[in-house]
Amino acid sequence: MSETGSGPTEPENLRGKRPADNFVGEETALKIRGLFKEYRPGVAVLKGLDLDVDCRGVTAIIGPSGTGKSTLLRCINRLVEPTSGEIIFEGEDITKLSRAGLRRARRKIGMVFQEYNLVERLSVIENLLCGRLGYISPLKAWFRKFPSQDIDHAFELLDKVGLGDLAYQRADNLSGGQRQRVGIARALMQAPHILLADEPTSSLDPKTSVEIMELMARLAGDLDIPVIVNIHDVALGSRFAQRIIGMSEGNIVYDGLPSGLTDTHLKEIYGGEDWLQ
Amino acid sequence: MMTGNDPVQMTHRRLQRFSPLERFSRWLVLLVVVAAIVVSTRHVEIIPEFLYDAPTQILDLLNRLWPPDLSYYQQGVHEALVETLHIASLGTILALILALPVALCSATNITTNPLLHAFAKLVLVSSRSVNSLVWALLFVAIFGPGTLAGVLAIAFRSVGFVGKLLGEALEEVHMGSVEALKATGAPATSVLLKGYWPQVMPALWSIVLFRWDINVRESAVLGLVGAGGIGVALNNALNTFYWDKVATVLLSIFAVVIVAELVVTQIRKRII
Repeated sequence: MSETGSGPTEPENLRGKRPADNFVGEETALKIRGLFKEYRPGVAVLKGLDLDVDCRGVTAIIGPSGTGKSTLLRCINRLVEPTSGEIIFEGEDITKLSRAGLRRARRKIGMVFQEYNLVERLSVIENLLCGRLGYISPLKAWFRKFPSQDIDHAFELLDKVGLGDLAYQRADNLSGGQRQRVGIARALMQAPHILLADEPTSSLDPKTSVEIMELMARLAGDLDIPVIVNIHDVALGSRFAQRIIGMSEGNIVYDGLPSGLTDTHLKEIYGGEDWLQ
Repeated sequence: MMTGNDPVQMTHRRLQRFSPLERFSRWLVLLVVVAAIVVSTRHVEIIPEFLYDAPTQILDLLNRLWPPDLSYYQQGVHEALVETLHIASLGTILALILALPVALCSATNITTNPLLHAFAKLVLVSSRSVNSLVWALLFVAIFGPGTLAGVLAIAFRSVGFVGKLLGEALEEVHMGSVEALKATGAPATSVLLKGYWPQVMPALWSIVLFRWDINVRESAVLGLVGAGGIGVALNNALNTFYWDKVATVLLSIFAVVIVAELVVTQIRKRII
């Protein structure tokens, strides 16, 4: 409750203020060191990952399912508790934060999900405003007393993702592509300093997938925040990312430009070669 | 390949639903059920004479019930009937208020503390394992006869029902939405209000209406132990052998239950 109405500086933060400006000279948004995760003792999913993510640009993580891509992303905002390792985000080690500290950190980390994860029975605009829940008290949330600049911003963002006329539709009336647009808008409502996207296009058709990736890359570019996206479609990832990270069995086996990705790398990441043409 | 046999048959696999052990235990279960029926019928000792004259008794009773003394409705039934409805409604609302925290504690995806969880389960089980008539007897002993005892009896019996079903509804919510709200940094209370509540709301109304429907019927008999409502009128008529008045009471209860059922069905259709 203590962060009720986080002061007059908040609205300013909503508009594309460069998070990087707060950390002059620091070009790394996220620094992961020795990240290790096992769900069951002895079965490591992430085997001591090191990863630095720059303050801007799209980073795509590719790799077969079950290789720990999703776990890696969820460790960053601790939806999954890492077993050990450090995750330094804006100078703070997220793994060491208290519950309140973690909530404050999560407000700055937007997340987009494979299954959209909207609250189906709420309207589209309310789903967007859910992105502000970290900034208002539960009592205000209960009575829907969102600050007027949040409401303005929500409608503005809804226009930006092209759903301006669906504000009062219930989320379960939308198509997959529309839902994911709402999911992206909700994440951006947080005024995040980084955007995580966990397989955002896996439930969508190829055309919509491209549109969603395009939208996410463009909006994150406008805000000048970095995006980390898990994606199993290598071509789609290469098209929108400036950097590709290939994961295999809990390790990073490729880290570089999309253009540098060869069949040899893909063979190493996904195993086998019959599927390569 | 054997001659005379269908060569295709040779290659068929056998479809086996149960393993031999499973088949044996199924027979065993059947045996136990039959044995239980035999033993219990021998134990209850039905007196054949009472069974033989049952038809005569039924006819006799129907003769005394008919025609119902409808004038009794205004004198003694109407007030009590309204009281019964009030007991049912107040009891259900009180039960809902009591059941909310218990349901939250009993849902494993919300409460991780095993102690709180066990406590909630204990409350739910003890509420349901005691019949509302027994609850009424307890509360009549504490607060004396009257509607208060009836309301509390209905509420205490309903907590288990509402709490258990609401707890299960909470456990069945789509956790992705909840996860997404957690990821925005929302405090736990806000996650409850915006993640869980919209998802369980239809189920909750449905549960509460259903319980109210049951409570209308249950509160009709509470008067038998002195906890107010139409049961008192029924009890008085029975004790004084005014069977035509008993018939009026029974008919009124029947009418109210039917109306309650219809109302609940209509409302449920609208909200879900």
